Amino acid sequence: MNLDTQQQLEAYRRMVRIRTFEEEGTRLYTAGRIPGAYHASIGQEGAIVGACMALRTDDYITGTHRSHGHPIGKGAKLDGLMAELMGKKTGICKGRGGSMHLADTSVGILGESAIVGGGIPIAAGAAMSARVRGTDQVSLCFFGDGAANQGTFHETLNMAAVWKLPVIFFCENNLYAITTSVEKSHGHPDIARRAHGYDIPGVIVDGQDVVAVHATAATAVARARRGEGPSLIEAKTYRFDEHQVGLNTNNDRLYRAQSEIEHYIANRDPILLFKGVLLKNGISGTTLSTINEEVASEVARAIAFGERGALPDPSEVYQNMYVNPINYPPLPRGSRL
Amino acid sequence: MEEPLFPPKRISYVEAIVQAQIEEMRRDERVILMGEDLSVYGDGLIVKSFSPMRVWNTPISENSFCGLAVGAAMTGLRPIVALNIASFMYLASDQIINQAAKLRYMTGGNMKIPAVFRCSMFYDKSIAAQHSDRPYPMYMNAPGLKILAPTSPSDMKGLLKSAVRDDDPVVLFEDTSMWTAKEEVSTDPDFLVPIGKAAIRQSGNDVTIIAIAGAMKPALAAVTALQGEGISVELIDPRTLVPLDKQTLLESVAKTGRLVLVDNANRTCNAAAEIAAIVVEEAFESLKKPVIRLSTPDVHIPFSPALEKPLYPRKEDIMAAVKRLM
Repeated sequence: MNLDTQQQLEAYRRMVRIRTFEEEGTRLYTAGRIPGAYHASIGQEGAIVGACMALRTDDYITGTHRSHGHPIGKGAKLDGLMAELMGKKTGICKGRGGSMHLADTSVGILGESAIVGGGIPIAAGAAMSARVRGTDQVSLCFFGDGAANQGTFHETLNMAAVWKLPVIFFCENNLYAITTSVEKSHGHPDIARRAHGYDIPGVIVDGQDVVAVHATAATAVARARRGEGPSLIEAKTYRFDEHQVGLNTNNDRLYRAQSEIEHYIANRDPILLFKGVLLKNGISGTTLSTINEEVASEVARAIAFGERGALPDPSEVYQNMYVNPINYPPLPRGSRL
Repeated sequence: MEEPLFPPKRISYVEAIVQAQIEEMRRDERVILMGEDLSVYGDGLIVKSFSPMRVWNTPISENSFCGLAVGAAMTGLRPIVALNIASFMYLASDQIINQAAKLRYMTGGNMKIPAVFRCSMFYDKSIAAQHSDRPYPMYMNAPGLKILAPTSPSDMKGLLKSAVRDDDPVVLFEDTSMWTAKEEVSTDPDFLVPIGKAAIRQSGNDVTIIAIAGAMKPALAAVTALQGEGISVELIDPRTLVPLDKQTLLESVAKTGRLVLVDNANRTCNAAAEIAAIVVEEAFESLKKPVIRLSTPDVHIPFSPALEKPLYPRKEDIMAAVKRLM
């Protein structure tokens, strides 16, 4: 179940794609060209890509408010994602979802819940559906350390265990729920331990090591596909940026030390670590820099695609509310529409 | 036409629920049933009729099993979720409102959520405040859901079947004061009552009464009594609260010029309030008298029958309201 050379290069490409997409997105957000809130997953690419590389395109995932990386990790094209961030009609959700809801269903994304823990039962429901429909699809649920304190986490782990659903609960433990540390909000800092209460495997993996994450996820996926039930994986990872770009929650270093952040950026960057592994394995530096350049132009094309897309027309605001539309109320008097 | 699964006979509101579910589960193997204690309570017949892959007896985890239904609905199944007591639906509100109702919109139409969330409104039964709510108005305020409140066995069967076949999330409020009501109900497996269509229970010319859910019972009694006194009432059952059949409601008010609304939900922002606002905005010129709203006051349902019984609008209250408009 190890990644072969081609898969390793693909993993590297997806990690760089997430990093570049989010760095460019941050730049656009700061320049006011992306509205709303922007949560970057920079620093967590190893966990995301390691997990996604263990899945097939027709397997399902659910994401979180910090979910630019999940669709990219699962193989989504960048154009629709970037246009969505910009609120364009050409966005993957036609400008209805934005940064926290990049739902590219073509690669198995079941939506990204900006309600912490909201996606956990949805992922299990997709697993249940695969079982009822008699397919061997699995479902992988991304969530953070904060979501592990929601009722949905416990309720869903329990149901998935009782029914042996083909679902993988994948916790990206980046140590902080916004500003609240795991240490101060969890009975025990190892979330994986909670699996034991539901009699399912609970495994801790280094989230900065994409190869290790992939191997761990692949084991859980194979187990789920064999009908042996769910697993909980806890990837210990780290968020390099603040909870939300521009929201300077840590100006006074109240919740995490500058030295801690610097340590992770310098020594625990999942892309740099993986690059080191690849070079050691004999991949040439030129191969890797070619990938970086290709990704950079891919992201540039996505930005251009987003920029030239039209904004949705206000008269379309009721579209996609219902499959079988109902009679909408007239807009208020004096409305421009 | 398919062979009927059930012999033609008068059936109750509860039997209508069971028949609708069995017919739809038989018709479409994507339809599954989820909920607490399904294996023992009223749905026993269903458990006997289908494999465990179709009937999921859940732990007491309302929010998450509704979330499982949302995930299942997104990926090709058509779940019916039985939430039992209506106030349990509050526990599942995150999944019903934040997920089921919003996901189609938020994904720009990339997905559909064909799920039915059923719950029963028990009230006037001395089970106190946490079991006696009539919460449909809260869910009317959450766009993206379709809200049903049938009042007869026939409508229950036909609307529930329509809900299962609808591609949008539907919340069905069953009123247990109607449970024992019986009538002849179609056994045609494709018998449907359309979502979004009100029923004129009785035609009349003097006053329009619009009664919601269980309020239909005292309203029917009041209409019969008023008829004896020479007052001709048009009695309307919206049946579907979202989308409201505004046309039928407004046409009736245009004819009679007088409107009494009866709604057992708490008074503030209830279904009657919404309909009254619509009538005032869109048919003010037709009104000969102010609209009267009869509701349960904004108070919790007390345990003691001595306190609870007087809270709900009675036949006498409805008759008096109608006479005030004459």
